[in-house]
Amino acid sequence: MYKNLRWKILVTIGVMVVFYAVGVYPIQAQRYGLPIGDLLSAKRLKLGLDLQGGVHLVLRVQTDDALRLETETSSERLREELRNQNITASAVNPTSSTEFVVEGVAQDRDAEFRRIADDQVGTLFDRASGAGGRYTFKMKPNVDVRTRQDSVTQALQTIERRVNALGVSEPIVAPHGTAGDQILVQLPGVTEVNRAKEIIRSTALLELKIVEDGPFPTREALLQNHGGAVPSDMEAVSGIDDTVEGAPGTAYYLVRKIAAVTGRDLRTSRPTLDENNRPAIAFMFNRAGARTFGTVTGANVGRRLAIILDGRVQLAPVIESRITDNGRITGSFTQQEVNDIVLLLKSGALPASLTYLEERSVGPTLGADSIRAGVRASVAGLALVALFMLVYYKAAGINAILSVVLNLVILLGFMAYIGAVMTLPGIAGFILTIGMGVDSNVLIFERIKEELAASKGVRQAVAAGFDRVLWTIVDTHVASLIAAGFLFQFGTGPIRGFATTLFFGLLSNVFTAVFVSRTVFETILSRRTVTNLSI
Amino acid sequence: MKFFHATNIDFLRWRWHAMALSAVVILTGLVAVFTQGLPLGIDFSGGTIVVLKFEKPVTEQAVRDALGGLPGEKVVQQYGQSGDHEILVRLPELVTEQGASLEQGARAVLQAIEQASFGKFEVLSTEIVGPVIGKDLQRKGIYATLASIGGILVYIALRFRLSFAVGAVVATFHDILVTVTFLTFFGYELSLNVVAALLAITGYSVNDTIVIFDRVRENLRSMRRDTLADVVNKSVNQTLGRTIITAGTTFLAVLALFLFGGEVLHGFSFTMLVGIITGTYSTVFIAAAIAIIMSQVRGHGRARVEPAVAAETKSKKANRKVRAS
Repeated sequence: MYKNLRWKILVTIGVMVVFYAVGVYPIQAQRYGLPIGDLLSAKRLKLGLDLQGGVHLVLRVQTDDALRLETETSSERLREELRNQNITASAVNPTSSTEFVVEGVAQDRDAEFRRIADDQVGTLFDRASGAGGRYTFKMKPNVDVRTRQDSVTQALQTIERRVNALGVSEPIVAPHGTAGDQILVQLPGVTEVNRAKEIIRSTALLELKIVEDGPFPTREALLQNHGGAVPSDMEAVSGIDDTVEGAPGTAYYLVRKIAAVTGRDLRTSRPTLDENNRPAIAFMFNRAGARTFGTVTGANVGRRLAIILDGRVQLAPVIESRITDNGRITGSFTQQEVNDIVLLLKSGALPASLTYLEERSVGPTLGADSIRAGVRASVAGLALVALFMLVYYKAAGINAILSVVLNLVILLGFMAYIGAVMTLPGIAGFILTIGMGVDSNVLIFERIKEELAASKGVRQAVAAGFDRVLWTIVDTHVASLIAAGFLFQFGTGPIRGFATTLFFGLLSNVFTAVFVSRTVFETILSRRTVTNLSI
Repeated sequence: MKFFHATNIDFLRWRWHAMALSAVVILTGLVAVFTQGLPLGIDFSGGTIVVLKFEKPVTEQAVRDALGGLPGEKVVQQYGQSGDHEILVRLPELVTEQGASLEQGARAVLQAIEQASFGKFEVLSTEIVGPVIGKDLQRKGIYATLASIGGILVYIALRFRLSFAVGAVVATFHDILVTVTFLTFFGYELSLNVVAALLAITGYSVNDTIVIFDRVRENLRSMRRDTLADVVNKSVNQTLGRTIITAGTTFLAVLALFLFGGEVLHGFSFTMLVGIITGTYSTVFIAAAIAIIMSQVRGHGRARVEPAVAAETKSKKANRKVRAS
């Protein structure tokens, strides 16, 4: 009698099974220790910090610091070069974070000065000349933007590395806000805010040490070569993966205990090209660093220099000649590798300081209390609604409850699948979804009652009820979808959480209220010669 | 079962009374907001909140005395059930120079409590929001809300008529204002969670309004001789059962949240409770009434509002004839 009824029932059951498997089963499996595949387990719906407990931080990278550093090093580089070329200038001084001034350039060496300046800082600064051999160097706008971006990226990567070292599960380190200089850090389950903050804020420790021996594939191999013990003035340091060419895995180096130079002496590093136009890394030390580094490298030409970041060897290039203030690392690098290494070297001395804009920590007790209360309240609320629907709509109430529950299952599945987190505002979305789900059913049932009162047959009344209400449901849902879309587009964290839940809740509600509910009605009506409807 | 059997209440007779009542409530709210300021939570105003759980019972006054040395206007209040010995301390945003540490307020609170020897305590939560973030959240919250209401306006104007859209949007603003008024008088602060609840309320209110408008549109086709007010009245009566049942069930669900949801959800669920009532009320008395008033105003200027609907039905009839023949 009803067309495609079997097909509709199959779709309903299929959807229910799939979304249950993604959205609900993983939560139950975790709670009751049921068997579960890795794929589903990884997709499990996660709780937000407000429910789970943890630390939420928003930091701002003081990008002006990075500009100031760039300006200082550039002016210093120019001053050095001018001295080397015997061009006198009475002063080379930074005047702001993006500008430095050269004064008193001798008239007769003017052309030469311009050439050297273009050579040294021409790619970074715009030159303007004034009276009396005065030159103003202003940072190019694109350099300004890039330097700021780089300092944020660098801070982001440094924080990420540090947070991973903390051993927090599923931390979030991400750019935040529209200004582009904020970083969001979320550490679920962490309760010691101050320790977390110290670790995040402390600069990474970069050390350059001379490699005495290595690399070895294992620590044991290293020890065997040295009579079973590390010499007292040396230490064994592990490298990051694939440092040994050809053999994947961790490499071990025997290095001198005392660092040749630390990150504090390193002024800057930047990508450059070697003689053969291959990507390379240029770096520059401050004066003290240059002196010691010159001595050490002079005495160790031909050996490897280990670049150690937070106790792990990142790179161990061979020293080819004595290096003082300016050095270069060459090899067969891709541009990407060069950029990574530059960032690595820079993270020894964070070019920009960090300030905290927002700090929230929820203790595990409060989080657990919130969940317990939230779940208890939701169950109580659902039970009340279900009870009312059963009393008021009798058998048809079961239909409404079924479609609301299925709606929630689909919503949980969606949230788990897209990796959304469950937060308090998300619960608001859930409640609105329940409200609209019940509403859709009430609309349909009331209409069916009206049609029955107009003494139509049961089947015609059900069909008319669904058909007439369809457009009302479409209108209400589209209007709310539009609202949810805008909220997601323009809102911040919690508002977005609300919008996401609402959006998917609305979509699944159209399906459950219009399609599933009708399928259930039709299944009942197709069975026997039904003349009465319990509604 | 049926609560409302073919009711025929003249709701629109009360529209002026209702509007006056709403105006009074909103005006009181506005006066309160202008004299005392909007009760912004630290999400928007910036500041520090520390929630402490003590092992032994501690009075709010004792904590307040212990914190006497701290600068600024402090709020100390009980948090959660009285048997839990939980105290919330709120500090205003400290005027800090650039780069000064954000957490100094929270640290000072903990130090003062430690020295006051209240016995063992545990820090349940700390929230510190700096001025930059507060402003950012404020701005974005407002943009997001306005944009979504604008989107709804356009959709309703396209699907129904402009006067309906204006009615729905006025009703939405009405609901936000009334709810905020109640929040102010019951001492709740505007936090991000409360804003989420306000957004849920606007969604709920618009949903309610559209259901009635849909019915009005449907009835306009069969009641061409009647005035718009009669059509609206009939539509409201026809959907009354649905309106009450939906409002009632949603209210039940939120009431459970309010009663059992714990302290964190209190402000949130209170907002929803108020919003559901005012959202339902505004649909009947504000949205429909504004739509009618708008139509009348425009009707005086150009007598083309009703005929536009008549023309629509006519053309549909014409279509039917063509098909039949």
